[in-house]
Amino acid sequence: MLEQLNALLAQNEIFTPATLAEYWQGTVLTVQLTFLSVVLGFFIAVPLAVIRASQWRWLSRAVWLFTYVFRGTPLLIQLYLIYYGVTMIDGIQDSPLWYLLEDAFYPCLVAFILNTAAYSTEIIRGAIVTSDKGEMEAAQAYGMSYWQILRRITLPAAFRRALPAYSNEVIFMLHATSIASVVTLVDLTGAGYNIYARYYAPFEAFMFAGAVYLCLCFMIFAGFKKLEQRACRHLL
Amino acid sequence: MIDLLGYGPSIFAGAVITIKLALFSLITAVLLGLITAVARYWGGKLASTIAVIYTSLVRGVPDLVLMMLIFFGLQVGLNNFSEWLYEIHEQYQINAFYLAQGWTALAQFYDDGLYINIDEFNAGVLTIGFIFGAYMAETFRGALLAIDKGQLEAATAYGMTPWQIFRRVMFPQMMRFALPGIGNNWLVLVKTTALVSIIGLADMVKLAKDAAMTTFEPFLFFIPVALVYLAITTVSEIVLKYLQHYYNKGIEGH
Repeated sequence: MLEQLNALLAQNEIFTPATLAEYWQGTVLTVQLTFLSVVLGFFIAVPLAVIRASQWRWLSRAVWLFTYVFRGTPLLIQLYLIYYGVTMIDGIQDSPLWYLLEDAFYPCLVAFILNTAAYSTEIIRGAIVTSDKGEMEAAQAYGMSYWQILRRITLPAAFRRALPAYSNEVIFMLHATSIASVVTLVDLTGAGYNIYARYYAPFEAFMFAGAVYLCLCFMIFAGFKKLEQRACRHLL
Repeated sequence: MIDLLGYGPSIFAGAVITIKLALFSLITAVLLGLITAVARYWGGKLASTIAVIYTSLVRGVPDLVLMMLIFFGLQVGLNNFSEWLYEIHEQYQINAFYLAQGWTALAQFYDDGLYINIDEFNAGVLTIGFIFGAYMAETFRGALLAIDKGQLEAATAYGMTPWQIFRRVMFPQMMRFALPGIGNNWLVLVKTTALVSIIGLADMVKLAKDAAMTTFEPFLFFIPVALVYLAITTVSEIVLKYLQHYYNKGIEGH
């Protein structure tokens, strides 16, 4: 197996074990960024979506402003604002925080988390707002409190309804992490760019990266299909 | 005019480039999307297979990767093409032929090394149009499928030609069904134009970034740029609402 692979690799100059390892490291970083930003973004989005769908008018408006700004501007600008904005503050390079900020990973992660949180908030809000009125009334008639209804009735049903739209958001996020390559991180796109620059072979370098993205995409898609089937099995 | 340490006018010019880029890309994407959707709907096996491959591959790969692939790939491809042209010219003495015919423009082109240059703006329009053509195709396909089959049959029964059916029955209804999708695609497209700054087009984002790097004032430059994008998005949403209202005329509940 390994010998066959070596024989295959020996036939070309670009896909050597070294470049494949570079792609692999890039893939790991891409998956890390996507996973962390989606999970952390989700935990921020749920309370925000509840506030956004609630009767507290001013809080709801504040959340609306957050989602409006983050959904209305390019992620690249948000990343620049966070990455360059924070690193260029006077004196930050001498503070202990610099230990974290020196690596572009954390500013990137913050930008991605805020961005996906804004989109997810609107997705989950949409699902909460379209909840069945009858279910809520029934729960009220049972004497459940607002929080109990939220926890037992509204949110579980809303998550189920939000799943298809949310899976799209996760795939968008996978694609969005390619921007990390702009601020010196070597993710999958960054690896593709480096290999393009080294061999001056744009087709091979970027098509390989694209194929890996495509595979990741299918994996996310299949995962969500499974999740949907599990979440909706009582409806079938 | 807002001065922004003297960078204001050039960033404003960059904003115009961004808007132009977005509009030209939109036109390209809509045309490509229409062709692809029609190929999938009416085309033969080959045409619809190509359409399916195009839409699914493009939507599965990040915009930035596609952009780099097309932009850098186009350059290499054109360079190779130039080399090939040059060899042919050498082999058949075509330059002598140009001179004999008095075609000075072509002779000049030969002297310049036969290089075909594609500038960043056109490459950007092509790339973004190509990417969003796939998304538009899906939107149009959904809209085509939503049209009542009976109406098409009725139109055929009236003796309309296929083109008449398309223009009178299908297109207006397709627009109604497709409009929300087109609107969403447009909003995403506008934000994607920011990526063209990465491959070197001097749009608003690149100019702002260069200014921020030289002056160490990131907030001063990136916040106005973000506001311009926000303004474009807001205006687009208002226009889309109006258009939706227009195309939904005569429909119950609107």
